[in-house]
Amino acid sequence: MTTPGPVRVAFWHATVFRRFWVSNVLASVIQPSLYLLGLGVGVGALVDGTARSSEVLGGSTYVAYMSPGLMVTTAMAVASTESLWPVMGGFIWTRSYFGISATPLGPGDIVGGHALWMAARCAVASAAVAVILVLVPEARAWGLVPAVLVSALTGVAFAMPLMAYSTQRRNDAAFAAMQRFAIIPLFLFGGAFYPISQLPRWTQLVVEVLPLWHGVELARSFTVGHFDVSTGLLHIAVLCLWILSGTVLARRFVRRRLYV
Amino acid sequence: MSGGVSQSLVSARGLVKQYGDLVAVDLIDFDVEPGEAFGFLGPNGAGKSTTMRMIGCVSPASAGSLHIFGMDAATDGRLIRARLGVVPQLDTLDIELSVMENLVLYGRYFDIPRAECRRRAAELLEFVQLSERADSVVDHLSGGMKRRLSITRSLINRPDLLLLDEPTTGLDPQARHVLWDRLYRLKHDGVTLIITTHYMDEAEQLCDRLVVMDGGRIVATGSPRSLIEQHSTKEVLELRFTPGGDGEFTPDMSGIGDRVEVLPDRTLVYADDGEAALAAVHGRGAEPISSLVRRSSLEDVFLHLTGRTLVD
Repeated sequence: MTTPGPVRVAFWHATVFRRFWVSNVLASVIQPSLYLLGLGVGVGALVDGTARSSEVLGGSTYVAYMSPGLMVTTAMAVASTESLWPVMGGFIWTRSYFGISATPLGPGDIVGGHALWMAARCAVASAAVAVILVLVPEARAWGLVPAVLVSALTGVAFAMPLMAYSTQRRNDAAFAAMQRFAIIPLFLFGGAFYPISQLPRWTQLVVEVLPLWHGVELARSFTVGHFDVSTGLLHIAVLCLWILSGTVLARRFVRRRLYV
Repeated sequence: MSGGVSQSLVSARGLVKQYGDLVAVDLIDFDVEPGEAFGFLGPNGAGKSTTMRMIGCVSPASAGSLHIFGMDAATDGRLIRARLGVVPQLDTLDIELSVMENLVLYGRYFDIPRAECRRRAAELLEFVQLSERADSVVDHLSGGMKRRLSITRSLINRPDLLLLDEPTTGLDPQARHVLWDRLYRLKHDGVTLIITTHYMDEAEQLCDRLVVMDGGRIVATGSPRSLIEQHSTKEVLELRFTPGGDGEFTPDMSGIGDRVEVLPDRTLVYADDGEAALAAVHGRGAEPISSLVRRSSLEDVFLHLTGRTLVD
């Protein structure tokens, strides 16, 4: 019985992660908890009483509305951080990818291993957020279970294009900017905390192309309960398209960088 | 070599590697036989590491053919790599993991069962005298220990061929000797070794046969002894004149020995009898501040073939 190459690579990621898991998991629990308290309690009190709230939020409380957003943005944050510096490290700092390239494994295994690891890592981070949400009566819902899977899928939809990007970089100079000017704005404007109908049309268009909004909308359709099959499939298709194109590019770039 | 089927472990014909306009490896041919220790000797930039990467099937050749274990490097990379052990020039260890974790994970890349990885790792750590460091984090090891761990890791799949790219560069003399001793034992156990180095003493110690590379080409092939016999005299007389003289204070020594080589820091007189050559130098009234008669080395071969010293 042979173990598939990507699984072998994913196991390497997990072993490295095991050294730092406490701080990592705490970070991906504490931060969403703070947002839940800060925004949920503060903004929630403000929003829930107003006349337009049910019209804008579709009848749910603000905490219930923002909960899936918290979960999916957590997955996005984890996936983006783990697909920038650690990927560069594998080429430049620890050079672990070069070590792998000398074995029977190849670029497909390295990229597939990253995808598997990101799926697992984002699922765990999302599940941790789900546990927090279950403690809050307004956010408690069975829909959190499929939402965790959607959240993990969204994480991978960020991880793979970003892996392709990181593989092309020679140093990490642009990474902080990537986080500050792409990931954080998406966190704020990507539909996690309010409907994107509040935004100007051109902003909506940008957000509708990127993975976050699709993940948030799909997760939300499970938790606050207006899941629609055709819309759901469309969201999944967009996420898969990001994963697929990111994977194809990453694989090509990894090959170019390791096998020259 | 009967029936046109090569029995060589590695066989390269007309091998070329080009990066844009730069020709890193320029039409080289060589064969490595099972059980031998084969060396690539040359200065930095000679094309040694590029050749190693091609043999390691992580760098496709631009032209020519390369066969390893009878398989084509261009198409059977994965199958070939499964039977290779590779010690790269720069360590690729997971420095935040323990010694044992590094070995087990690497073994898993070859799909060796976990328990078997642990068993082999314990055995190999014994061999390189790192057993008591099995649980240490790699980052805390010395340079020599990391190098030994890299070699250990490369042996986890019991390779038929071990590629060592400058295995002792950057190590102190004691660490080098420990490493040489382990490599010598591996060779004794029948493992075929391919080593690149720019240290003559390393090549002389370890290699049964070697090629001298310069500017992407092979300029000589043979055993260390035969290379010295072919390209140098039995002895060399090393003379130092006024320091920093750039040879301007070197007296005329034409006719003494077979050949005279004037280097920035010293003058070399190639002669089968070094003492006689020294007497002849004194006979001309020259007064070197120091003189030394020694046996010819691979350094002299390289100097003769390329006009340059190996390590600048």
